[in-house]
Amino acid sequence: MARDDVKTGYKLIGTRPNRPDGLDKVTGRARYGADFSLPGMLHAAVVRSPHAHARIVKIDASKALALDGVKAVVTRADLPTGLTGEDLNLQDNTLAGEKALYDGHAVAAVAATSALLAQDAARLIEVTYEVLPHVTDVDAAMAPGAPVIREGVADYSVPEGMHGNVARYMEFGHGDVEAGFAAADIVRAHTYKTEATHQGYIEPHAAVGQLGEDGRGEMWVCTQGHWYIRRMSAAVLGIEAANLRVTPSEIGGGFGGKTTIFMEPLTLALSKKAGGRPVKLVMSRSEVLRATGPTASASMDVKIGMKKDGTITAGQVYFRMQGGAFPGMSPIGEALPCAFACYDIPALKHEAVEVIANRPKAAAYRAPGSPMAAFAVESMVDEMCRELKLDPIEVRLKNGATNGSKSSYGPVYTMIGLKETLEAAKAHPNYKVALGPNQGRGVASGFWFNHGGETSVTLAVGEDGTATVMIGTPDIGGSRASIGLMVAETLGIPYENVRVNVVETGALGVNEPTHGSRATFASGKAAVEAARQAMAEMCRRAAADWGIDADAVEWKDGAAHPAGPNAGKFPPMSIGEIGGKMGSTGGPISGHHEVTAGGYGASFGTHVVDVEVDPETGRTTVLRYLVVQDAGTAIHPAYVEGQYQGGAAQGIGWALNEEYVYGADGRLQNPIFLDYRIPVASDLPMIDTVIVEVPNPGHPYGVRGVGETGITPPLPAIAAAIAGATGARIRSLPCTPPKVLAAIKANRA
Amino acid sequence: MSKIHVTTTVNGDTVEFLAEPRETLLDALRNQLDLTGTKEGCGTGDCGACSVTVDGTLVCSCLMLAAEANGKRVETIEGMAKEELHPLQRKFIEHAALQCGFCTPGILVAAKALLERNPDPTDTEVRYWLAGNLCRCTGYDKIIRAVQDAAAEMRQEHRGAA
Amino acid sequence: MRYHTPTSFSDAAKIAAGTSGTMRFLAGGTDVLVQMRAGMVQPDDLIDLKHIPGVDRIEPTPEGGWRIGIAVPGIVMGGHAALVADWPGVVEGMNLVGSTQVQGRATLAGNLCNGSPAADSVPGLIAAGATVTVTGPNGSRDIPVEQVPAGPGRTHLAKGEVISAVTLPPRGKNGGDCYLRFIPRTEMDIAVVGCAVNLRLEGDRIVEARVALGAVAPTVLLSEACAKTIIGTTLDDAALAALAKAAEGAAKPISDKRGTKEFRIDVAGVLARRAAKIAYDRAKGLKA
Repeated sequence: MARDDVKTGYKLIGTRPNRPDGLDKVTGRARYGADFSLPGMLHAAVVRSPHAHARIVKIDASKALALDGVKAVVTRADLPTGLTGEDLNLQDNTLAGEKALYDGHAVAAVAATSALLAQDAARLIEVTYEVLPHVTDVDAAMAPGAPVIREGVADYSVPEGMHGNVARYMEFGHGDVEAGFAAADIVRAHTYKTEATHQGYIEPHAAVGQLGEDGRGEMWVCTQGHWYIRRMSAAVLGIEAANLRVTPSEIGGGFGGKTTIFMEPLTLALSKKAGGRPVKLVMSRSEVLRATGPTASASMDVKIGMKKDGTITAGQVYFRMQGGAFPGMSPIGEALPCAFACYDIPALKHEAVEVIANRPKAAAYRAPGSPMAAFAVESMVDEMCRELKLDPIEVRLKNGATNGSKSSYGPVYTMIGLKETLEAAKAHPNYKVALGPNQGRGVASGFWFNHGGETSVTLAVGEDGTATVMIGTPDIGGSRASIGLMVAETLGIPYENVRVNVVETGALGVNEPTHGSRATFASGKAAVEAARQAMAEMCRRAAADWGIDADAVEWKDGAAHPAGPNAGKFPPMSIGEIGGKMGSTGGPISGHHEVTAGGYGASFGTHVVDVEVDPETGRTTVLRYLVVQDAGTAIHPAYVEGQYQGGAAQGIGWALNEEYVYGADGRLQNPIFLDYRIPVASDLPMIDTVIVEVPNPGHPYGVRGVGETGITPPLPAIAAAIAGATGARIRSLPCTPPKVLAAIKANRA
Repeated sequence: MSKIHVTTTVNGDTVEFLAEPRETLLDALRNQLDLTGTKEGCGTGDCGACSVTVDGTLVCSCLMLAAEANGKRVETIEGMAKEELHPLQRKFIEHAALQCGFCTPGILVAAKALLERNPDPTDTEVRYWLAGNLCRCTGYDKIIRAVQDAAAEMRQEHRGAA
Repeated sequence: MRYHTPTSFSDAAKIAAGTSGTMRFLAGGTDVLVQMRAGMVQPDDLIDLKHIPGVDRIEPTPEGGWRIGIAVPGIVMGGHAALVADWPGVVEGMNLVGSTQVQGRATLAGNLCNGSPAADSVPGLIAAGATVTVTGPNGSRDIPVEQVPAGPGRTHLAKGEVISAVTLPPRGKNGGDCYLRFIPRTEMDIAVVGCAVNLRLEGDRIVEARVALGAVAPTVLLSEACAKTIIGTTLDDAALAALAKAAEGAAKPISDKRGTKEFRIDVAGVLARRAAKIAYDRAKGLKA
């Protein structure tokens, strides 16, 4: 969707070259978290609580320590005291203090000369528990009589009289909601629920840590953000950030789940106790599912008023979210603003509470909060469209946010592409395919804020005119290729002449993780600025050589040129020539840029899905799937499509089969991939994509983050398609066959 | 605990090592032979990241003891490229069929085993063959396309050679 | 852990009988290794049966049936055209166990001895009237497959006893079998409900039938009540409805993380009906 106000005609941007890390990744050479080893390295294992809520009475490690080859055991008693706030929460989650707060909560860790031996030793550590009453469901956790699982979690925002498990409260809105409902032809209200899901990255968490007596250490770790690992680990262990050097490995998926610490500080604590020997700790899959950071579960009330022509007059939501046993982790602060972000509605009221429960400490998961909010609001909109027999795309076009709309959460949208995605979806052949028996079509839109954040990038020109770029955002889905393209485009040199490296914490200023769909946007923006700085310096070198004013030199096609006829007649001086003699013309040439990047530009998408439901078993088959999303500018379109397809697949999993299943005993019942059912290859059709490009004015090449939005629409779109196929509406995810079959039978009765 | 002496062929090379009886082939490949291209994603045979072939049969190396590999012929991702990349490896890069790349070695080993049995599979056959190889990044779309493109190229080469 | 590699079943049985701690037999290993990895089982003795001659072979019996070695993996069964032609339902049950990779290792005997009521290969074997040879310290005996499972994770085999072969009876004329399971995904799940139907026709009429249901009771059920509803019929709509009702009645499931009791009862009826139709078509020689 080309626009006149956009600079086009790029040489490299928009092409699909091979990614720089591709060869390593298809040959098995790429080194992920568990692939690092060091001389003298020990292996660790963690003892975890089998109880959802229990007082830790006694930990006896004597039998473990008596084993030949066991070198160290750490418990909470080995960690510093006196931490407060989120640092204390992180420490409490790293190793339980007085109480274990969820099934899988770490209680002790042991290091030994082999991984098998460490696991044997862990089994020999005897922990005496006093089991306490527990609660795992979001609504149950705030019901009268629910056990208060931690005292004093409520912050200033929580109104008097709420249950002791309520940790936060928020509300906002605009307009007169009651007047809006009064003006509507129909007003509908329902409660929607979503279960907790896990990011499901295939690489389990892994780290090698080394910490000496002097408090200096190193860590090699798979993470989305090594400065976060450094800050959090240092806080938990009471060491100085500068004394901990953290190097990120290649990362086997994160989706938000690797933006914080879980077991990483244990490698350092064990190393210190074992005389500074490096310690490797690799989580098992069941540890990942039980004890890392799944997303929140949610219970959401939605009320919407609509006129017969589809005009939405008012909307109201009340969300309850549970993000585990620690406050601050449920994404109410994101879910509420996302709820109506796709709409321009005159009157809105938002309200939410965060509740704690005996579950693992939630972490970010792709567009945190937005999928749940979309499931509630987009499902409600779809229900009303069906009731009024209105086309769901037309209703969204009628009420959709556009340039100049004041967003549901405050700021005015400047340049957004929601309506362009709706128009493209409407025009797509998938929207016109005739449906057969037991088939249905669902449509939903989705939103993510996108993110900029703390970013620091350095670019160095080589003696041969190539460029090395140092970035601090780990590359999960091809961002090194995209950043390389932008730098090569800017410098006017071949893509192959740019190497982008993700560097360790000692090499750059602080970088936030690769999260919030920021890596290609923010590191890319900073890399372009760094390249421009280097270009300016190279122009100065050429000017000095030519004896003209630096202002009279311009950079194009990889070389300094005299800027116009008045500047003098000199042959262009290429980046190779300038680089080759930089030692004698003023020294090394580099560019550096650091910023808390703004201007990230909101992201919108619209999905269309067709399903077929087996009316006798309630089983849903996805027949075809379309993702339309605004990328701003697609730097490397193949990896933009990849983000769309991957997000959709995760959303489909969330909608159909993925869920945390807790037993009456508070234990997680499905902590393996056999029963935590992420989509397999045979579950999915090809996922069609349309890249809409409404360039983001906040980025030199118009980039918007593309990673998150894609997971949002599938939840409501699938439920809508099932409703279309069966007449039965599922308001509680996932849409498992037993649930769908029960709804079909209830609908028939 | 007495260890077992294991002699096996890995990617054409004869190797010997001492395995703990309960040590898996996956652990031996990674920890004893430094072949860390084979990944552990689950340890329970549900993700396929540890796929290798043993005497030509595709297996999960996490579900096999190292001792069971004695006298066998093991092929891992590290042995896939000969003088140049295998067409599957090349097509995976060209089609952007990997994002994080963690599942990629297992998928490549599995896809190679498929194309050796069935050089012209349907999309559905590729999807079911690879159902035990979880990928969380791509939604499988580009993986299926890359496998099919590689298969087409290999058929072409085969015809050319015949 | 001690790792044993006996070269005969009598040796395997002797080693097993002489163990004092936790003992496991190892065929494909796709259950045992998972349990070891999860820390659920830490065997003191592991007896690998794959060094016993003949365990990797599929052979016709003199009677016209098939004898399947206990280390024959699913992928080999699936590639054995004559076996597939005779017992497609048995083979498709085995081929539904796990992924392609798991198929490279997993075996009928292992799936049976794991004792899961949801084991995909077991209903097909029971419906087929398969037997297993059990070798113990005092010799061998043959028993029907349905006499092996005792409940989730348990079998009726005594200490020192090991399954040394699986035998399928002669297919006979005009027979057909089928196994269907219900799972939420398309692959990689444990059966929520499974159903195998084996039948034989004279003309259009069913003269023999066996129906087995999986994952609806502590062990795989062989339901005579189900079989009766279709024997003597041409599998018309009334017979199919009666079969579905009988399957619903036979199912005694629990609610768990994989499905509710009500759902399992409903789906048992649906699968019985669908499996019977396919088995009938196969018996008629129609491709299905």
